[in-house]
Amino acid sequence: MTFALAGNQNSGKTTLFNHLTGSNQHVGNFPGVTVERKSGGIIGHKDDVLVDLPGIYSLSPYSSEEIVTRDFLIKGKPDGIINIVDATNIERNLYLTLQLIELRMPIVLALNMMDEVRANHGSIDTERLSERLGIPVVPISAAKKEGLSELVSQAKAAAERRALPTRIDFCSAGPVHRTIHAISHLIEDHALRINVPERFAATKLVEGDAPMMDALMLSENEKDMIEHAVKEMEDEAGTDREAALADMRYAFIEEACKACVTRVGESKEYRRSVRIDSLLTHKYLAIPAFLAVMLIVFWLTFDVVGGNLSGLLGAGVDAFIGAVDASLINFGLNPVMRSFLVEGVLSGVGAVLGFIPIIVSLFFFLSILEDSGYMARVAFVMDKPMRKIGLSGRSLAPLLIGFGCSVPAVMAARTLSGRRDRRLTVLLIPFMSCSAKLPVYALFTAAFFPRYQALVMISLYVGGILLGVLSAYIARKTVFKDAPLPFVMELPNYRFPSVKTVLRLMWDKAADFLRRALTVILTATVIIWFLQSFDARLNTVADGSGSMLASVGRRAAVIFRPLGFGDWRVSTSIITGFMAKEAVISTLAVLTGGAAAGLQSLFSPLSALSFLLFTLLYTPCVAAVGVIKRELGTLSAMITVLYQTGFAWAAAFIVYRVGMMFI
Amino acid sequence: MTLKDLPIGDSARVTQVGGEAGLRRRLLDMGITPGTAVTVKKAAPMGDPIEILLRGYVLSIRLDDASKITVAI
Repeated sequence: MTFALAGNQNSGKTTLFNHLTGSNQHVGNFPGVTVERKSGGIIGHKDDVLVDLPGIYSLSPYSSEEIVTRDFLIKGKPDGIINIVDATNIERNLYLTLQLIELRMPIVLALNMMDEVRANHGSIDTERLSERLGIPVVPISAAKKEGLSELVSQAKAAAERRALPTRIDFCSAGPVHRTIHAISHLIEDHALRINVPERFAATKLVEGDAPMMDALMLSENEKDMIEHAVKEMEDEAGTDREAALADMRYAFIEEACKACVTRVGESKEYRRSVRIDSLLTHKYLAIPAFLAVMLIVFWLTFDVVGGNLSGLLGAGVDAFIGAVDASLINFGLNPVMRSFLVEGVLSGVGAVLGFIPIIVSLFFFLSILEDSGYMARVAFVMDKPMRKIGLSGRSLAPLLIGFGCSVPAVMAARTLSGRRDRRLTVLLIPFMSCSAKLPVYALFTAAFFPRYQALVMISLYVGGILLGVLSAYIARKTVFKDAPLPFVMELPNYRFPSVKTVLRLMWDKAADFLRRALTVILTATVIIWFLQSFDARLNTVADGSGSMLASVGRRAAVIFRPLGFGDWRVSTSIITGFMAKEAVISTLAVLTGGAAAGLQSLFSPLSALSFLLFTLLYTPCVAAVGVIKRELGTLSAMITVLYQTGFAWAAAFIVYRVGMMFI
Repeated sequence: MTLKDLPIGDSARVTQVGGEAGLRRRLLDMGITPGTAVTVKKAAPMGDPIEILLRGYVLSIRLDDASKITVAI
């Protein structure tokens, strides 16, 4: 049987999902949208599958997450719903529950965080709540794994019996009640035909839900009748359709909570959150605290953990490749074949593995920050400046990660809600200078601007940000015209992140990257290897200058001549830089047969500056393109490559030509 | 008056919820319905957005959006 897990954000849904499904999870996307879809077999019930739906607050049609959930529940026809509800925030959580109940499916309410309620000397009469709602209610604590087997057996029992909620409506006698029932009868046949519960369809029509109106394929006459009935209801109730229904649901919930919930003052967790926030969202200390947190995360990721792990892994990979190479020589394998295996395939695999330490450690810290509730505070503190570039505070974290590496940054953007914000953020990420560009900057500034090294470097970083903001502005005026999702965001109480959830996320992100990026990177490495190893007549070449890559570089040199660096060695290094930005330097070093002196012959200070700007802006490396393709699709990934490269060319051209006028 | 003008630390009751379709829907879904008691707890370091307490939980909302919510003390 298939069960859907639905609930609000911050309700402990992910923790529950991880405890119920264990290690056999499958991650994918909902068809057609970039909303993550996770499913997994329920532990101890190997024929039962749990599908984790996005964290949402309502079933209205305004965000892709809500639409996906609705479609999955109505069309995917799961055998039952497990609705997780945060017992410490029960009023707002039940709002979604009432809409789920209207779907007329077997449903069990998992009342989470009951341990917190009890620790604060509160109580919830679950039996009475179950009577009021007409569905089974199981008190649980997902974090402490309490009540989970009871939850699963109740859900299975309800699904096996096809036990529908015993309560059909939540309206008390009055205009709203009358209207819902009248419309419900009116559309009964239409609803039956498209397999939607008529009561759910009726409330959505009263709310003025356009997608539901279309799906039902009503006649003009029926539409008129509905609009007329709604108009009359609005007049009589003295309020409009949307407010009337929200009010109906919340009035029912308030009533039910009054009867079932006992709360004693503010909870310990709330008071603790207020104390923590007196520092973390403090008027003057909030931003320094945020910068400190990010610096520590970066330092730990790229230096302490990631740096050492990368070094270790790199050494291991090199040793392995060396051993394979040696044994292949021993074996007497054809040298071209050996070169293909070692320099093409294995070094490609090595390049992919090289990202893993950074992804793992970065997501370790990010998921701690997210699950503890701090990321919501970051969004709260930084929303105002981020809004100036058309984004919300939520986008800041992925953008900052972009300074480390675009790959995890793009992957982190997935948690943003709303398609527009996600796409715009991913578009901006390549403008943040990633750490692989740093060695290029360092070498060139040392060679050409020894006195102003720091200034040039900082200008490159700041310039990238400014040009990114400019791009975001252009994109907003042209492509991303749809309105952003409203920034109405819950600030949950601070909580200790669940170890399992953190580890799970690290594993998922690493596995996801391996699966998705491996083919892209491997293909690119093999192509570059091929171009590097052969000339146009497919003879192997002894040194780089005769290879196909060099002749491609010679052709491409024409494109870069207007920018001040028309030498084929430079254009060749730009091509290999697509594999990894730091490869720009190694290629130049190989082709010029040395470092600084060789560079001086290829660049003037001005063309060096133009080259740096080009390196900063041109297409993200193949790994980043791979994850962009994964998140936004092939077309968007190709547009990103072309746009970034075109933009880089234009920027470098302007700098070089304007610079020429002054020299 | 609107929620935007409610001083930090003060409480009021919502009388009307406005705003364009998506925003309004979201506000209603989050429990900002007529009659709900709200308390302004804090403003972000740059003065916007603000933090409000309602129905036993904390919500952050931009001043622009808060100005669409009419409240009475």
